Amino acid sequence: MLEAPRVPASPHPMVPQPWCVRRSWWETEDTFSFSMEPHHGSPTFQFSPGQFNMLYVFGVGEIPISISGDQAKGETLVHTVRAVGATTRAIGSLQPGAQLGVRGPFGSSWPVRQAMGKDLVIVAGGIGLAPLRPVVYEVLASRPKFGRVCLLYGTRTPDDILYTKELQKWSKGADLQTLVTVDRAGQDWTGNVGVVTTLIAKAEFDPDHASAMVCGPEVMMRFTIRELEKLGMRSDNIHISMERNMKCAVGFCGHCQFGPTFICKDGPIFRYDRIRHLLAIREM
Amino acid sequence: METLERIVADHSFARGLNARHLELLAGCASNVRFAANQVAFREGEEANEFYLIREGKMAVELHAPERGSINILTVGEGEVLGWSWLIPPYRWSFDARAIEPTRAVALNGKCLREKSERDSELGYQLHKRIAQIMEERLQATRLQLLNLYEIHA
Amino acid sequence: MSDDHGKFVLERDHVQQLLEVLLRQGYGVIGPTVRDGAIVYDTVSSIADLPAGWTDEQAGGSYRLSRRKDQALFGYAVGPNSWKRFLHPPVVRLWQAKRQGDRFEVQEAVPEDRKIAFLGVRSCELEAILIQDRVFVHGRQVDTRYQSRREQVFMVAVNCAQAGGTCFCASMNTGPRVRSGFDLALTEVLEDGRHYFVVEVGTDAGAEVLRELPHRPAQHAERESADQVCAKTAATMGRTMDTVDIKDLLYRNYENARWDQVAARCLTCANCTMVCPTCFCTTVEDVTDLQGEHAERWQKWDSCFTMDFSYIHGGSVRSTPKSRYRQWMTHKLATWIDQFGTSGCVGCGRCITWCPVGIDITEEVSAIRKSEPDKNAKQNHGNP
Repeated sequence: MLEAPRVPASPHPMVPQPWCVRRSWWETEDTFSFSMEPHHGSPTFQFSPGQFNMLYVFGVGEIPISISGDQAKGETLVHTVRAVGATTRAIGSLQPGAQLGVRGPFGSSWPVRQAMGKDLVIVAGGIGLAPLRPVVYEVLASRPKFGRVCLLYGTRTPDDILYTKELQKWSKGADLQTLVTVDRAGQDWTGNVGVVTTLIAKAEFDPDHASAMVCGPEVMMRFTIRELEKLGMRSDNIHISMERNMKCAVGFCGHCQFGPTFICKDGPIFRYDRIRHLLAIREM
Repeated sequence: METLERIVADHSFARGLNARHLELLAGCASNVRFAANQVAFREGEEANEFYLIREGKMAVELHAPERGSINILTVGEGEVLGWSWLIPPYRWSFDARAIEPTRAVALNGKCLREKSERDSELGYQLHKRIAQIMEERLQATRLQLLNLYEIHA
Repeated sequence: MSDDHGKFVLERDHVQQLLEVLLRQGYGVIGPTVRDGAIVYDTVSSIADLPAGWTDEQAGGSYRLSRRKDQALFGYAVGPNSWKRFLHPPVVRLWQAKRQGDRFEVQEAVPEDRKIAFLGVRSCELEAILIQDRVFVHGRQVDTRYQSRREQVFMVAVNCAQAGGTCFCASMNTGPRVRSGFDLALTEVLEDGRHYFVVEVGTDAGAEVLRELPHRPAQHAERESADQVCAKTAATMGRTMDTVDIKDLLYRNYENARWDQVAARCLTCANCTMVCPTCFCTTVEDVTDLQGEHAERWQKWDSCFTMDFSYIHGGSVRSTPKSRYRQWMTHKLATWIDQFGTSGCVGCGRCITWCPVGIDITEEVSAIRKSEPDKNAKQNHGNP
């Protein structure tokens, strides 16, 4: 079973709670991470990997952003944001001490507990690494409970690679096969070049005894699943993270519907076999 | 009325095939027509045949939710559409749609695979031709990937 | 419930007293009125406000009021509005916030405490309210605003004495007779020079109100007359919808060519979603004043027919009218069942009447059914 989403204990789910920016730093040219601490009230924020918050910038707007931090470090709440619109850019320009409104956490989560006792393949494309990073943290915190674990990460160019220091740390120190690839690179790059699905053949895991967690653009997830299934992975051992337009995040506004599911409460994490038929329908 | 064998022989794909192989190929062939905008196949479906385009134009497409159907390649007269019938798991990786009314010869993939198992020379001839097509498409894709017309600062 | 309380008779003129009792008990009464050539639900304070002697003529893309030969108070079917606008208002301020330097303080909007009475709720409308209850109150999350409004409603239902031109509640099993969920239910009878109502009591609150009105137990003949009214309505529905296996029918027909056909007609004007008594989609708007000192969050009705509705990453997932019509119809009749346990459609016919091009949801379902081969249905994309 998927971990049960925790219903936030706010006065009203549409009212944002005040959090303050602690620190913010650019990961790449267009993507930044930032940490927050609560303005008052509960000192720790409980969430499960894969869940998201609605972040509100005063007078600008509100957007859903996956939590990308370590839930064991609940005193600070970390998100990674791609600055592409008014609200995301506004968050990017907030100074330490500035206040943000937070609603959440919302949604279903990656089945980390369920993945124990088997191998685990984590496949991330682009910003899709952000909602998967909490999984890596949780896995590393209980490493012996898992079999072989591989992290496969693909992005556009070497300049777009997120969490470079951590990736280096994981590929050297941790018992975690870390493979990174880019779609194109210049001469300085000595790593892999090729779309992320090309890493699957290099990953060391037993498809008959593994779970997969995949996050990235929908096309990337579709092709990744094809490769995993070619190796014999079962569709009920694969989980993906879906995305749709979201306004309320509590299942009332209707925007995030994907077939009969509401991505804000039935997702964003879905077991692949449960939605495979929906993915095959265009303009769903 | 042209025979199917004649029609297949006329297509560039069949150039260089001996009479026996031509006959085997024609034995797995049928005429097809696609109306403008008609979908020939969809991503994920079983890839049971491939097409020698005689007239018209087909688009190879990929559907992304917020972008709609993206046309990544067109295949026209004298060209060949589809090789997924040759490579397991024999499922289409992309969509294909006729841009204009298109006439083609459909060659049954399963039929040809079975014949190739028995006649490896036929198999070799088919693979040679498909390998050639793949090389051309890969070259083209790599160049398209480079986004050459963009100003790269 | 109603059997415990029995059936009573209220004379036509005493409806005025019913209004007065409700007003005295502190209810704001909302009932049918004639306005702008339609039956519109609005504040009523006297029997004179009701549409006595009016009826409606409805067809695909057409709505007209016309004069009845009698003076029935509730002799029409349904107008463009439903009770949805009072329980799930089109525009709601959720909160306000004031900026203080780097900080801001959010003040939740306090919902107004108002008891309202609905006068003239049709069975389809009552079912629609119960359907919205499932969305807003019976799920994992509760919309407390909706819940508090809902709990304060006094419901006077009315059994339809005639079916509208586009009605199909009988097919959807949502009418024409109200079953439960009302405080009082009235069946209007005009016969042999008499004009009276057979009243059914649904709750103790209903009984309390009735106690203050001149009434008496209904005689057998009067109860029979009321039954006949309902039976006649059930037999003269404007439309039918075959709901057998409808969820699976639509689930396996996402690629049916019929969607292209209806898309060629649909203007994506969103009328159907506005008039539909169960459509609940909203958007959230964050606004601020020019100085950036004061911000507000508003919740407003939205429609899946708009281009923006499914916008992500620079494009809309449902960019074609076909995909948007398909979304609306399959949600209403199929995915709603998986989401909330019942159909989303109550057969009120509004979407048919108020569609400028007269698209008929019952006709669309019928066409899709007919397009399938007679034997076992073809397996297409979309079959879970």
